[in-house]
Amino acid sequence: MNTYFLQVFNGISVSSIFMLAALGLAVTFGLMKIINMAHGEFIMIGAYAAYIIQNIFSRYLPASIFDLYFFVAIPASFFLAGIFGWVLEKLIIRHLYGRALDSILATWGVSLVLQQLARSIFGAPNVDVKSPSWLNGALLVLPGLQLPYKRLFIMLLVIACMTAIYFLMYRSNYGRKIRAVMQNRAMAASLGINTRKIDACTFAFGSGLAGIAGCALTLLGSIGPTLGTNYIVDTFMVVVLGGVGSLWGTIAGGFLIGTGNTTLEFLTNATLGKVLVFTLVILFLQWRPKGLFTINSRSLDE
Amino acid sequence: MLEVNNLEAYYGESVILKNVCLNVQQGHIVCLLGRNGVGKSTFLKSVMGLVHTPCGSICLNNEEIIDKPTYFRARAGIGYVPQGRDIFPHMTVEENLQLGLEIKGGRGGIPQELYELFPVLKEMLTRKGGDLSGGQQQQLAIARALAVHPKLLLLDEPTEGIQPSIIKDIGRVILRLKKEGYTILIVEQYLEFIFGIADDYYVMDKGAIIAQGLVSAMNKEDIQHKIAI
Repeated sequence: MNTYFLQVFNGISVSSIFMLAALGLAVTFGLMKIINMAHGEFIMIGAYAAYIIQNIFSRYLPASIFDLYFFVAIPASFFLAGIFGWVLEKLIIRHLYGRALDSILATWGVSLVLQQLARSIFGAPNVDVKSPSWLNGALLVLPGLQLPYKRLFIMLLVIACMTAIYFLMYRSNYGRKIRAVMQNRAMAASLGINTRKIDACTFAFGSGLAGIAGCALTLLGSIGPTLGTNYIVDTFMVVVLGGVGSLWGTIAGGFLIGTGNTTLEFLTNATLGKVLVFTLVILFLQWRPKGLFTINSRSLDE
Repeated sequence: MLEVNNLEAYYGESVILKNVCLNVQQGHIVCLLGRNGVGKSTFLKSVMGLVHTPCGSICLNNEEIIDKPTYFRARAGIGYVPQGRDIFPHMTVEENLQLGLEIKGGRGGIPQELYELFPVLKEMLTRKGGDLSGGQQQQLAIARALAVHPKLLLLDEPTEGIQPSIIKDIGRVILRLKKEGYTILIVEQYLEFIFGIADDYYVMDKGAIIAQGLVSAMNKEDIQHKIAI
């Protein structure tokens, strides 16, 4: 019984990371139809940002406050990945609007460049980020059932991010503008909304969310230049399964893929589990090609 | 107010408008008539900057705007009510109206007079834009454009597919706006609607202006013949 419960817990924990990474992708993919293959590298950038902050703390600041580094690392990851996203949008993406295939190729190239950049700066081997000591240990729920604090912390982080995104998208002026551009780009521009600026800011924001996902990943293991490539396929699958451009779809998709992965891997083995998940998603999309939650968006019909 | 000279517009490679000249004077209501598919809506889109316009000139209050992006033209004071209304379907009526305020940076509340002009909107504030009837969407689209008092209002077939009672309401609203000094350019096929409303008319065919003049001096049969199918 405890094993099954732990499996579900692990599933939700994996899901939460997928959700965070996929939310950024859902926003950029849903808003601009740009298939950003470099999204995984923003996860990697976020992870290395956490690594840099950790090093700064351990080298230049007193050891007593080292444990607080993670609270600096989260916004640092967000902003560093966001800045990279903003620059990428300004330099490359904005020339590729409406050219989905070209955007795949170009952003894949960007992804290779960013990986090599990380290799040149930090070296090819994986590096370790030391988790803050207050996240070591586990919550003892029942005898024999322990929930690691790290995973609980990641879930809380994801819930906090979700809440922030919800308020940003549905309760603020800026979110109203994003949704307007998403639903009808030409009309939004006719109402005086600078769609280019919205595109750039939103792309940066989506990239920043991937950065936070990367920061969270440093708690779960060592990080390397190819960290993002492990996640990009699953992340795209979450977005497509959930329905492009829908916040609830991304949450549901992330949950299904995350728990599906861990459950099927537990019941069979790692390879077969992956095969089963992919097969189920393909079958599901045959039945509902637009995913779980659909919004009829003119920007996607064109 | 609005001076358009020798305008050409393209969809991809095909020419939609050629050598179009049109003037809208301050405080006037101008009507652009014509059959389906002759380029009337494309003309309004050209003024808004939504289609490719490689040559010609569009001046708003003596300022050239042809090379300016759409959002700039909206902020310069052009309000646009497109054909098909283009309400944001997944947003509430209130959010749609608030988006109308974006032209002025999204500040200030929704002006009360909009609810006086269109009382139906006040009852519908929390409904989704996509749930409204065609006539209600049309009223919402006009209200959205009026939220910031545009210098020039572009209306694309405000009577298309709308029940007669609401057409009358919209006609009354346009007359009231005229009294308040608004400048309006209406694209229309429904000739009866523009009598008593418009000051000047232009007739378009195959992407060019083929007739123009004062509505008061208009030969109704002749124009009806020109825009009939």
